[in-house]
Amino acid sequence: MTTTHGAPALPAAASGERPAVQVRGLVKRYGGRAVVDGVDLDVRRGEVFALLGPNGAGKTTTVEILAGLRRRDGGSLEVLGEDPAGADRRWRDRVGVVGQSTGAGDALTVRETVDHYARYHATPQDSAELLDAVGLEGTARTRVDRLSGGQRRRLEVALGVQGRPELLFLDEPTTGLDPAARRQFWTLIEGLRDRGTTVLLTTHYLDEAAHLADRVGVIAGGRLVEVAAPGALGAGLRQEATVRWTEDGAAREVVTREPSAVLRDLLAAAPTGEIPDLSVTRPGLEDVYLRLVSEGASR
Amino acid sequence: MTDLLPSPPPATRRPAPPGALSIGWARVALELRLFVRDPGQLVFSFAYPVVMLVIFGSIFADREVAPGVDFRQYFLAGIAATGIMLTSFQAVGLAITEERDRGDLVRLQTLGTPPLAYGIGKAGQVVLTTAVQLTVLLVVAATVYDVPMPDDAGRWLTFAWVAVLGVLAGTVLGIAVSSFVGSARAAGTGIPAVAIVLQFFSGVFFVFSELPGWMQQLAAVFPLKWMTQGMRSVFLPDAAKAAEPAGSWEHGTTAAVLAAWVIIGVVVCARSFRWRRNAG
Repeated sequence: MTTTHGAPALPAAASGERPAVQVRGLVKRYGGRAVVDGVDLDVRRGEVFALLGPNGAGKTTTVEILAGLRRRDGGSLEVLGEDPAGADRRWRDRVGVVGQSTGAGDALTVRETVDHYARYHATPQDSAELLDAVGLEGTARTRVDRLSGGQRRRLEVALGVQGRPELLFLDEPTTGLDPAARRQFWTLIEGLRDRGTTVLLTTHYLDEAAHLADRVGVIAGGRLVEVAAPGALGAGLRQEATVRWTEDGAAREVVTREPSAVLRDLLAAAPTGEIPDLSVTRPGLEDVYLRLVSEGASR
Repeated sequence: MTDLLPSPPPATRRPAPPGALSIGWARVALELRLFVRDPGQLVFSFAYPVVMLVIFGSIFADREVAPGVDFRQYFLAGIAATGIMLTSFQAVGLAITEERDRGDLVRLQTLGTPPLAYGIGKAGQVVLTTAVQLTVLLVVAATVYDVPMPDDAGRWLTFAWVAVLGVLAGTVLGIAVSSFVGSARAAGTGIPAVAIVLQFFSGVFFVFSELPGWMQQLAAVFPLKWMTQGMRSVFLPDAAKAAEPAGSWEHGTTAAVLAAWVIIGVVVCARSFRWRRNAG
């Protein structure tokens, strides 16, 4: 196991296989401001993990550090058993990255691009199969600068997975895609997961994280505010119900963990007739997410 | 379609990724392909020296810079050296800042590309395009302007080593300068400006020995002066060396200065090259 000088050693995994990604106390500062501020994170082998957060939350920086593209200012890190800061090309070849926007030489055709970058990998996927897999088989002879936005993203993904990575980083992969293209993209990610690729993706779309991820980490203000399965996100917050009604013409509202008790009291106070506008609501996933983010950002 | 998606091989069964030479070779082919698909690059690299030869050859049609030495003959040496500097130093410096701004280099970083492989790709492209450029220039000079071509192997050997050292120095200095000029926009004004000033200082447009002394001394620090002087030793008659600052062609000094710039360039590249503008 590799450790960084001066950083605490990582604890051994509790059981079984080591996680694909293990992060403790990750810090990154730009101009004295911490954009990543003490992130702890485990990504298990074979899972899809979504780093969910608003723009500027520190998602991209975190991913770039994990992928060995930027240096960190603090914390300890193990990705596929190595510290990315000192990792060699063998390690690099086991990791795939799909960034937000990276060029590939616009004057090349899709097939030329894929054929060229195959030369960088130890075990590249066959070019024709790769283009088939991402749905670009019909555009093999199209120049890259004539591709649509969605096709470009597919090419990005093709190049990201071309080396058959064990771990794939996707940074906001569906930003700017239309709904149909997003759905196709999700199918692609699920396919990769089913074939044994560990995926860490960032997104600011809650529905994307909920659909794709086995676990979601909500990041805000450079801190990870919660990690949970999508359905269990903000479990504490979701126990809070809001009881609303109208009394003497004025809107009333009570936030409570025991809405039944509130209702009993209301009914006892008004044994006959209807209580106007009576409702009991629990926060949806989106409400929970927005609260987590705003609390995280203001801490 | 997703059943064709790649699945990762076990880490222990994954061979080592290709080395810098192998990727570098692939990059030479890529760079050449991108070069020939860029009309601006093609025209600038291949036509610019010829156009300059035509312009200056027409303006100073009947001028002799020395007994028996036509201005065109003198100018051919300067424009050949200039062509080398433009296809190497200027073109490489501009291309890298553009590729960096566009994010092309981030992709190479994510792929773990050895910087050496990237440098090999640039150098290979520059060597081949410069060879074509010089061939076109010499053919036009010889056939259209009747500039006499050297007829002994020794002079062609000089031509070869001056060109190769010039290309190498220009390429590594172009890579080096790209780390310091910032955005492609800034590079687009800064790098050509440097190139133009060097051309005036180094005796490309004017006869070097007629330039002010301080200008000659300043030019002697930079490679272009030595490249033009080396090219003069190829295309001018031997008697013309009397007009050189040292009264001789100074081949030893020329080789030493150019080699020194290659080494300085390599050291600066190795220490300062980065895939992103804001690394860290």
